[in-house]
Amino acid sequence: MKEDDADDKTCKGKGGMTRRGFLGSLGLGAAAATLSGKLLSPTPTSAATQVMPAQETTKLALRINGRTHRLLVEPRWSLLYVLRERLGLSGTKVGCERGECGACTVLVNDVPRYACLTLAAEAEGAEVTTLEGLMDGEKLGPVQQGFLEQDAFQCGYCTPGQIVAVEGLLRVKPHPSPEEIRRGVSGNLCRCGAYNHIFQAALRAAELRRRM
Amino acid sequence: MEKSREGTYYAQGSPVPETPSSGAGSAPWKKTRVVGTARPRVDAYERVSGAALYPSDIVLPDMLYGAILRCPHPHALVKRVDAEEALRMPGVRAVVTGSSPEAKLAWPYSQEVSTLLFDPHCRFEGEAVGAVAAETPYQAWDAVRAIRVEYEVLPFVVDERRSMEASAPRVHESGNRVKRESYERGNVERGFAEADVVLEQAYRSECELHTPMELHGCVARWDGDRLTIWESTQGVYRVQERVASVLGMPLAKVRVIGHYMGGAFGSKLQAGKYTVIAALLARKAGRPVKLFLTREETYLAAGNRPPSNMRLKAGVKNDGTLTAFDFSCTGTGGAYPAGGVALVDWLVRDLYTCPNVRTECTDVYINAGPARPFRAPGHPQGSWALEQMLDALAEAIGMDPVDLRLKNIPTQSQARAGNPRYTTTGLRQCLEEGARAFGWKEARRQSAASRTRGHLVRGVGMAGGLWFAGGGGPPSTVIIRLFADGSVNLNMGASDIGTGTKTVMAMVAAEELGVEPEMIEIENADTGTTQYATASGGSKTVPTEAPTVRAAAVDAKGQLLAMAAEDLRLDSRDLLFEGGTVVSARDPSKRIKVTEVSALKKRGVIVGVGYRGPNPENRVVNPFAAQFCEVEVNTRTGEVKLIRFLGAHDSGRVMNRLTYESQVIGGITMGIGFAMTEVRVLDRSQTGKLVSRSWHDYKLPTALDAPGEVVSLPIEIDDVEANSAGAKGLGEPVTIPTGAAIANAVYDATGIRVTETPIDPMRLSRLLAGKRKEG
Repeated sequence: MKEDDADDKTCKGKGGMTRRGFLGSLGLGAAAATLSGKLLSPTPTSAATQVMPAQETTKLALRINGRTHRLLVEPRWSLLYVLRERLGLSGTKVGCERGECGACTVLVNDVPRYACLTLAAEAEGAEVTTLEGLMDGEKLGPVQQGFLEQDAFQCGYCTPGQIVAVEGLLRVKPHPSPEEIRRGVSGNLCRCGAYNHIFQAALRAAELRRRM
Repeated sequence: MEKSREGTYYAQGSPVPETPSSGAGSAPWKKTRVVGTARPRVDAYERVSGAALYPSDIVLPDMLYGAILRCPHPHALVKRVDAEEALRMPGVRAVVTGSSPEAKLAWPYSQEVSTLLFDPHCRFEGEAVGAVAAETPYQAWDAVRAIRVEYEVLPFVVDERRSMEASAPRVHESGNRVKRESYERGNVERGFAEADVVLEQAYRSECELHTPMELHGCVARWDGDRLTIWESTQGVYRVQERVASVLGMPLAKVRVIGHYMGGAFGSKLQAGKYTVIAALLARKAGRPVKLFLTREETYLAAGNRPPSNMRLKAGVKNDGTLTAFDFSCTGTGGAYPAGGVALVDWLVRDLYTCPNVRTECTDVYINAGPARPFRAPGHPQGSWALEQMLDALAEAIGMDPVDLRLKNIPTQSQARAGNPRYTTTGLRQCLEEGARAFGWKEARRQSAASRTRGHLVRGVGMAGGLWFAGGGGPPSTVIIRLFADGSVNLNMGASDIGTGTKTVMAMVAAEELGVEPEMIEIENADTGTTQYATASGGSKTVPTEAPTVRAAAVDAKGQLLAMAAEDLRLDSRDLLFEGGTVVSARDPSKRIKVTEVSALKKRGVIVGVGYRGPNPENRVVNPFAAQFCEVEVNTRTGEVKLIRFLGAHDSGRVMNRLTYESQVIGGITMGIGFAMTEVRVLDRSQTGKLVSRSWHDYKLPTALDAPGEVVSLPIEIDDVEANSAGAKGLGEPVTIPTGAAIANAVYDATGIRVTETPIDPMRLSRLLAGKRKEG
């Protein structure tokens, strides 16, 4: 991958999840949801497909933080709902459920994504990483440690999303510039207004990560 | 006057028990070991690891999900509700509407006005009409959409500027005026006659929404006749009181837990209808119910900062002496009495020395969701007018804006009866030291020079401020338990709303007990297990709870020293408790480890109790502030870039330098939203409905809007008169002067006075174009 491509990924609206990209993925998700049999066909099928009732559940295997979870889902369930309410992974927070705030940011194959705009079915076959997945046992990961040291939060509710967004950024940009950090977390709202400490935390996290 | 006003904010309607006096007050700390240092939060690990369970994270066995059906019209009568189909839908376990017997409850919108919980008369878009509990939130919303409601749609008024017109539809049968408050001192006409310069200007600030990151709501569970609620709240005891009173239950049967909460800014000081509705659904279904609003619902029905339409006339002499202020304001708290003009005039009345002041504030009804207190109610609005006016006066008399403010610094509260003295007034230091640290004079010269070059022009601006409250006060009770191994459990009812309350309290206890903060575990914000506290709001949590924690620690320590004195056969007054050991002050060789104290070993634990003592009589405890900023305006696009900000704050003793700085950064960021991005838009002519229904349309400052640099400059004055911790409030003063400072900087850069919020590219490019036309 050329450096330019990486730039493109991290800078267009929070590390990869662009609005256009979302609309594209929603199209795929909606199409997947209409399939009566197997979910998430690699190619969207024609409109003639049989419509699956909302409440009909289907089997799904999700790979989250390195573990496989098998569960029954309604095709309309979001990844956010499944993580929080079905699997008890409450580190991923709910802020708007419409792709505006980033409190639900998770990594899907290393790319930050809004879990509220990702159908659980869309995540099948992908490697999902949540805040909990950044821990090393009971030990904080480097980004979490950076946030702790710099007091990069107040109420702490947007914090998991901010941390995951920074993690996603550092995975493609281990030496981010201040401007890249700003862009990297620009899809994550913080109403307490901790942004300036978040920037410092991201710099500190980059330093801690390099030492690992 | 000030009593009743204070009552309207963080303690209204709450039965406030007196606490016993705190006994002998502790002398101010001379040298501190822990207090005043910069420390990461005691609960930082929980918050960054995901271990912290916020109320919205709670998942209980067998739990259902609730959803509320809301009126889609700004003004309507509910004629008929048909929930038959909804009841038969998959997963639906309970439905409540206005015709459900258990829902026939009175809901107190204010002390004077109550309606039914599901009132047929819906006076704002988003009023609750019914609710559903189902196995999943998806099924609950399916069922809400299946409830058929017949409405008689009524005419509406959603613009407070038109609410008093004769043709305006009535929100309440009694008319649209809530109240008119006036205040006067001296003789304003004489004051204007004495002035060398008199200016008059209209200002407007838009309605803002709180939008904390965690949604409003709760989880409710019944065990027989006992109700437990996990609520995202600033004050568990206030939620308990409201729920118990609406449901007619004994306080002891309602337990409210709110260990963590994801932001509020004043919008979660009280239980919501959603709290009671969750409890009703849970009782009806016989299962726990989680009910959190959607983001859009919070925009409609979970509070706002009222819009303010202000006019200010001011007189000044050529030497900078202020001679008169004449101020008026019209505002609205929405469809019910909710402080639509609360404290908007306070800064005009009290911030600067001025003998002749008149204010008149008119609060009106409109068909929109009720306001809730929003971080420093009234103050950012009043500051928007007053501080821009001061800037204009300074220019008119050829004086530096900082010098004009320095000329008019009060040492007593002019607007309160008897003109009581402030315990401390750090306003002068905030202005002087802030200007020095910012490089004010040099920055003014440089920005003036930048204006001759191209389309990117620089400007600097500043504003002063004070917060009307911020001294805290009784009641509060704290219990400290000292275990036989020297570790400590601190038990308090106060919520940590993100300001670092728990950390500061651990530091206070550690300071007093001579142990490390890591040895202290905190239980808080649970009416079932922690002590009484008022809600965390009004910038009063640190000045209320810190002295109380200190008193509890002093009590526990006293008991320990008495026990150790028996073992050491010494007078307990000769003993100190340091680093887990009791030592004789006179002979340090005489010492005993806390783990060896025989009476403590026998008893297992020492229980120390602290009460918040009264505030000093005839004194006012207020925090003061000055903020400075530099902007760069693109005169082609109207974009404003915030280059740097400096906040100089006198909030008494600095308790934790790190969280203090976080508060300053956060307050300034929120002030940027007030000044530059945030507008609640109601469709005032066609539908009366909310237009800005999401964070896409209601814009918060993002990481890209944060200033290039924010500097916190604490003006540390140990306020020994205020309380035994020497601290005043910080959370609200940090957001008060921000908006006006930005407006003044934009004026400095462009020569354009932006008197209406928000200063966004659309407005500013229009104003810039107008100015070019004028030439």
